[in-house]
Amino acid sequence: MSHFAAQLINLFAAVILMLAFAMISQRRILSLIHLYTMQGAALVAATAVVGYVTHQPHLYVSAGLTFLLKVVLIPLLLHRMIERLDVRWDVEALINVPTTMLIGIVLVIFAFNLALPISRLSASIAGGTLGIALACVLLSFLMMIIRSKAVPQVIGFLSMENGLFFAATSATYGMPMVVELGIALDVLVGILILGVFMFQIRERFDSLDIRHLEKLKES
Amino acid sequence: MSILGVISQLLEIVIALSLAPLLIGWVNQWRAWLQNRSAPGLLQPYRVLHKLFNKESVVAERASPLFRGAPYIVFSCMLLASAIIPTLSTDLPLSPAADAIALVGLFALARVFISLAAMDVGTAFGSMGARREMLIGFLAEPALLMVLFSASLIPKSTSLTTIVETLAHRDLAIYPSLAFAGVAFTMISLAENARIPIDNPTTHLELTMIHEALILEYSGRHLALLEWAASLKLFAYSCLGISLFFPWGVAEAHAPLALMLALPTLLFKLAIGGVLLALLETASAKMRIFRVPEYLGTAFMLAVIGVLVHILLGV
Repeated sequence: MSHFAAQLINLFAAVILMLAFAMISQRRILSLIHLYTMQGAALVAATAVVGYVTHQPHLYVSAGLTFLLKVVLIPLLLHRMIERLDVRWDVEALINVPTTMLIGIVLVIFAFNLALPISRLSASIAGGTLGIALACVLLSFLMMIIRSKAVPQVIGFLSMENGLFFAATSATYGMPMVVELGIALDVLVGILILGVFMFQIRERFDSLDIRHLEKLKES
Repeated sequence: MSILGVISQLLEIVIALSLAPLLIGWVNQWRAWLQNRSAPGLLQPYRVLHKLFNKESVVAERASPLFRGAPYIVFSCMLLASAIIPTLSTDLPLSPAADAIALVGLFALARVFISLAAMDVGTAFGSMGARREMLIGFLAEPALLMVLFSASLIPKSTSLTTIVETLAHRDLAIYPSLAFAGVAFTMISLAENARIPIDNPTTHLELTMIHEALILEYSGRHLALLEWAASLKLFAYSCLGISLFFPWGVAEAHAPLALMLALPTLLFKLAIGGVLLALLETASAKMRIFRVPEYLGTAFMLAVIGVLVHILLGV
């Protein structure tokens, strides 16, 4: 049974990684939010399975919290935000997706190699998935670097938090409850602040392109 | 080589030959229904083949023997491909002849000949189609190879029968690498079979067609063979997908009873696969040709990640 559960965790980890890649290559903002929601759902499932196998009730709590926050609340906020910013159907011009993908593969190899000795030390059932979690974090970094619009960058930031959360779950069966609650609130507050920030950017420049911020120098 | 093996081999070839047009008809029917059109009959592809075989074959004046020979070569490549993919039984006498890598080679051989034949006559559309076909081919083949590698890492063999046997007759195990490979394989087979995100199988609009541009100069029995080969290719890809990712129900060696059960299972899986294909085609729009490298690059990347995930998780 625990063998099967470990495979299930591996599968969810793979799904999370796949969704991270899908986010990198996705042009539409609306689809990005859908992908983020799916990634949250996969994260919830993985956390719940780890909790079930290791009989750690606090993982159920954190799975529930993740569900509320990352599958319901944050996507809802994002939907409202893009509705009010009127960027719902925006398509971002990405440059050279294949190159980005190749960089992504390199990042994944790097993350896997980095995590291999650590996951050997870990006695956790999902220790092998640490590399995947690390790869997700790096891919989200990559996404924040290559995107020029504000909303995709925020989604990249949120997806990075997903990766961190998954790393904590897979390596050490989750962080202490207090830390988890703190991070959850942080993300929530972060997205509210970033939302306000986006409105300010748009008011100032009539666009959500981050590149305009480079012109803020006093001359 | 057992008697049963020979029987299952022959059965597989006969089934591939007879059912491949039916699969096309099934997909077309569902596509029509999903798009709110009245559907052609399920047997329409057979009628088309019958009509074409009875028609005179017109060949261009300047055509070389290559042009006449290409349909036969393409057809036999596709037939051999569908013969070595274990769909009904894993006890196939022909399977040692070609492993997973040779299978990709077979598809490539067919592609090279059809492209040469299209350029042979010297019409503009033929060479345009050939160029596009080669563009798609050179991007899709490495991706397909990587998919087959990530599947063959599990039993550590590139023989298709060994792979399918290991996947079908082992305790239930989830391989995350196969999830990646499955998505990549779906994308590749859509591209390779001239399906909608890449090419529209029903179009005759000059600037967008790829597969139709290749066979534009053919008529009569040559065209019939090529159409049949195209349906065999779709059948082979569907069977390859089924036997790699949903292999349950394939008969083992020395199991005549399982062989009886394997046929209805295969038909059931193909029927579902056909509906899914029609759904995919209805839901997506055709892609610009310059987006194709991106699409196939994604497929390649997914397949590579599949291999990497397998190595990391080591299952």
